[in-house]
Amino acid sequence: MTSNAVRIGAEPGKLARRTILTVVGVVFAIPIISMMEFTFRDGLGGGYTLEHWVALFDPEQNSKYRQLFQAVQNSFVLAVVTVTIILFVLLPTMILVQLQFPKLRRVLEFICIIPITVPAIVLVVGLAPVYGIVVRVFGGSVWTLAFAYGITVLPYAYRAIQASITSVDMTTLSEAARSLGAGWLNVLWRVLLPNLRRGILAASLISVAVVLGEYTIASLLNRQNLQTALVQVSKSDPYAAVIFALLALAFVFLLLLLIGRVGSTRPGRKTT
Amino acid sequence: MTVANAPELLSGDAEASGPRRRLSGARRRRGVTKYLGLVPFALYVLLFLAVPTLIALGTGFFDGDGALTLDNVSALADPVILATFASSFWVSALTAVVGSVLGALVCYAMLGTKPDGPLRSFVSSASSVLAQFGGVMLAFAFIATIGIQGLVTILLKDTLGFDIFANGVWLYQVPGLLLPYIYFQVPLMVITFMPALEGLKPQWAEAAATLGGTRWTYWTRIAGPVLAPSFLGSLLLLFANAFSSYATAAALISQGAQIVPLQIRAALISETVLGRSNLAGALALGMIIVMVVVMTAYSFLQARTERWQQ
Repeated sequence: MTSNAVRIGAEPGKLARRTILTVVGVVFAIPIISMMEFTFRDGLGGGYTLEHWVALFDPEQNSKYRQLFQAVQNSFVLAVVTVTIILFVLLPTMILVQLQFPKLRRVLEFICIIPITVPAIVLVVGLAPVYGIVVRVFGGSVWTLAFAYGITVLPYAYRAIQASITSVDMTTLSEAARSLGAGWLNVLWRVLLPNLRRGILAASLISVAVVLGEYTIASLLNRQNLQTALVQVSKSDPYAAVIFALLALAFVFLLLLLIGRVGSTRPGRKTT
Repeated sequence: MTVANAPELLSGDAEASGPRRRLSGARRRRGVTKYLGLVPFALYVLLFLAVPTLIALGTGFFDGDGALTLDNVSALADPVILATFASSFWVSALTAVVGSVLGALVCYAMLGTKPDGPLRSFVSSASSVLAQFGGVMLAFAFIATIGIQGLVTILLKDTLGFDIFANGVWLYQVPGLLLPYIYFQVPLMVITFMPALEGLKPQWAEAAATLGGTRWTYWTRIAGPVLAPSFLGSLLLLFANAFSSYATAAALISQGAQIVPLQIRAALISETVLGRSNLAGALALGMIIVMVVVMTAYSFLQARTERWQQ
């Protein structure tokens, strides 16, 4: 390929691409590198140590980090309950609306997008009195926070599942299965859900990511989750807080990488 | 039988013949049970989205004793509150403009790379993490970078003798929000703007080239106008994103209420800001009004964008 070939279209030249991506990449790496550097610092005097990382896995100092480990556990419980809400409340509704109430599709989309317009900091103002009742009914355990998180993840989960729904002709599939004598449960379990599994998986993973990163609602309703614990611990032991923050960032990065792979590869659909 | 047909008789459907009547009765009954499937979701959204939103917007109109008052809402015109709204506005606007320009550049640089390639999947995952997950952790990252003992702060002081805090520590003030906010705005732009850039069809470029157009005419006459609504829409989304974000600011600024979300925090925690009890509701109302305006404009622009993405 000659280098002075006339370029048409929008694509950038090699040099432009490399320059932009390198500069932005380096600038965006600096804060992450700074966090890593910070975790190896030996106090304010300078010098480096592995002490802060080792201490986390030292059973003798476990009690020091109990709050953080408890918070991680809380966040995982919240993630599981939130995914349960998505799978057992949102998903059936989306399938039902797609098959039975085509006129309601727009309404459902509108409802699911509302949480973008109503930010968490606004929602929490109204959630405080609602949680007064929730605590009376379900008790004050941390998992009840997942009711609010189910709303927070609604736009993300909706988009992920809807992408799958539009790529599959669900009406034809379910009618075909019905005409072959399958009952509704069979249609759902053996025809529809397998076809939607990529969207369902992506919706679950993005919900986990959003829940693990949530701070606003938990902190203003005085509940303990990973993020609120990070803020509290950072005041007494900033090293531990930053290490946990880095680990959480890495974990969610891998989770989202997985979503990308789920989205781009199509298991079981390879054409040979 | 009679019981089953009762609704039909009551509705005065007298002309229908027997069998047909029975059929439509059965259909209508099925129609009602059919809707039962929507009840769990409807109930859930009602309890945890509709009710909290209405409470948040409504409390602004009541005082501490439950009596109707316009006192809180009129506080929105208070100079202190107006100043926080102004700070929120300029922080959001500035970071949205910088973020959308930088983000669009990154999208442009990624054009022509393989959509399933490792570069794309790395960039898109990293963007999602920073845009949607960062929050508190971004505050940590910037304290580690440009805090008083931050890596870059010390590096600049030791090598160039340049003290970024020569005029006082601004990281824990409103200007300190700018860099962390840009840090999550750029990735959000990459996520929202990339589909629009990918929607540019190679045929348009070929057609322009065949007709003798240069790259300049291609960008100014074809790609530019096609991308404009999407770019503006993304800009608005970024504005809304910064305007409503709370976690980074809360972790960075532990005292005071310099922007609206922090003002809501102060109102929720202390109950009496400016001597008013339900100010949080009024602030929430003010925020929602801004958000609704911005998001309505966004969805209008988005609809125009989708014309080209078929």
